[in-house]
Amino acid sequence: MLRSLRLDLEFAKRGYRRYEVYPAATLAGVFVNTVFGFLRAYVLLALYAHREVVGGYDAAAAVTYTWLTQALIMTVFIWGWREFSLRIRTGDIATDLVRPVHPVRAGLTFDLGRSAYHLLFRGIPPFLIGAAVFPIILPATALVWLAFAASVVLAVTVSFAIRWLSNAAAFWLMDDRGVAIIVGTATSLFSGFLIPLSFFPEQLAAIAYLTPFPAIIQIPVDIFVGRVTGPDLVIALATQLGWAVALLMAARGVFTLGVRRLVVQGG
Amino acid sequence: MLEPASLYLRLVRARLRGQLQYRTSFALDIIGTFVISFLDFAVILVIFSNVPRLGTWSVSEVALLYGIACLAFALTDLAVGHLDLFPQTIRDGTFDLILVRPRPTLFMVLTADFQVRRLGRIAHAVVVLAYALSILGITWSADRLLVLLGAIVTGVLIFVAIWVTFICIAFWTVEGREVANAFTYGGVTLAQYPIDIYERWMRTFFAYVVPVAFVAYYPALYILDKPDPLGLPAWASFISPLVAAAAALAAGTVWTWAVRHYRSAGG
Repeated sequence: MLRSLRLDLEFAKRGYRRYEVYPAATLAGVFVNTVFGFLRAYVLLALYAHREVVGGYDAAAAVTYTWLTQALIMTVFIWGWREFSLRIRTGDIATDLVRPVHPVRAGLTFDLGRSAYHLLFRGIPPFLIGAAVFPIILPATALVWLAFAASVVLAVTVSFAIRWLSNAAAFWLMDDRGVAIIVGTATSLFSGFLIPLSFFPEQLAAIAYLTPFPAIIQIPVDIFVGRVTGPDLVIALATQLGWAVALLMAARGVFTLGVRRLVVQGG
Repeated sequence: MLEPASLYLRLVRARLRGQLQYRTSFALDIIGTFVISFLDFAVILVIFSNVPRLGTWSVSEVALLYGIACLAFALTDLAVGHLDLFPQTIRDGTFDLILVRPRPTLFMVLTADFQVRRLGRIAHAVVVLAYALSILGITWSADRLLVLLGAIVTGVLIFVAIWVTFICIAFWTVEGREVANAFTYGGVTLAQYPIDIYERWMRTFFAYVVPVAFVAYYPALYILDKPDPLGLPAWASFISPLVAAAAALAAGTVWTWAVRHYRSAGG
């Protein structure tokens, strides 16, 4: 038990270090996230010219939402994760199969390490810049900070499982870009990344909440800005945990099925 | 004068033939881009389901801005979107090959590819623009039509100039795609909304110095017969071509200057 936990930690460190070695890319990424943070913040603030509250957010909550989502983009890696499908295509997956750790577990721990790096260096800097310019809401109690931290870890886990499942399409399809586009579109819209789900027409928001996507962005954000408190906070975290467990199990199941079909050429 | 144009057409025909070899993949790419492109417009629709106006702008007026900006940007992306990959030619030193060719370097780089799959984005822009024009009930006259068509052409010129200018960063840093994207993709995002919603410092730099305001905002004011909330006189709508020419000249100058700083990787 302890040994396998040490191994998990080792994978997480590797995930962290892979991104640590490109500081210039990090700096450029922070710049882009910041520019888009300003663009999105001003668009959302324009809604408050004649109104105090839109979709349960006041102006301060709306800008906090904007900068927090900008900080979470890379942390939960919304777009363009194709590592697993490339391993299937190139046959590198053969090495994963002989390792003593299940690839889903190794992938998840590696990804959690990666997300720690991205949260620290791609997430926090743009958020601080945003906080310097706009009135931003910060959690008032240590409990909310703690709940938010747990929520981000669960968000990364859910996002990883969805990315893994979407990549696994490469077991069956020559080209998994189509699936990636559909999943990417659904994630952007239903996670609440583009615009808060409470701004949506009611039925559309209800549909979004039936999917796992809000667990990636909307739930952590709502915990942070204090829209979810008390028993709702427990329900929110439980929802995330439920999706994380269900999707990871699905990821394992799909992997088992996929491997049965797998043909690796050459060697 | 005619020679580069006919050479360009021949190059485009060659790229087209190449990309049409894989019909299914090609069609899927176009459909995928078409679907994804609607995400940004969905945000606008969600915003207007909460408020009737953004500043002084109605949903159909913003749709006009969006349609013009997107169409100009989609055409730019079709023609020179491959500039995103340009830093690679600096990194591996293949820019050497361009330097020894018997045409100007910028011409060679701009014509290096022609990505027909970007047609999906153009189709999206045309759909939104047609929708906006059909519900706006504009009384058309020769001058309005001319301003609309002129906006598309000058918009393309301005976006190409922005792309070329900022990708030049690659000559010094060997990277630069992300930073350039902040101005290209950031630029079109800014132009999709009425620029009077942004703070003055951002407008000054991002709408006038980087002249994105002249892509859609000023032409749209003229077409809609709307006074400028920022107080520029009506003739501002007519100087877009001049601004585009100045931007192109600036981009050309930056390029020439940057090429002199090229140091081959020795490839």
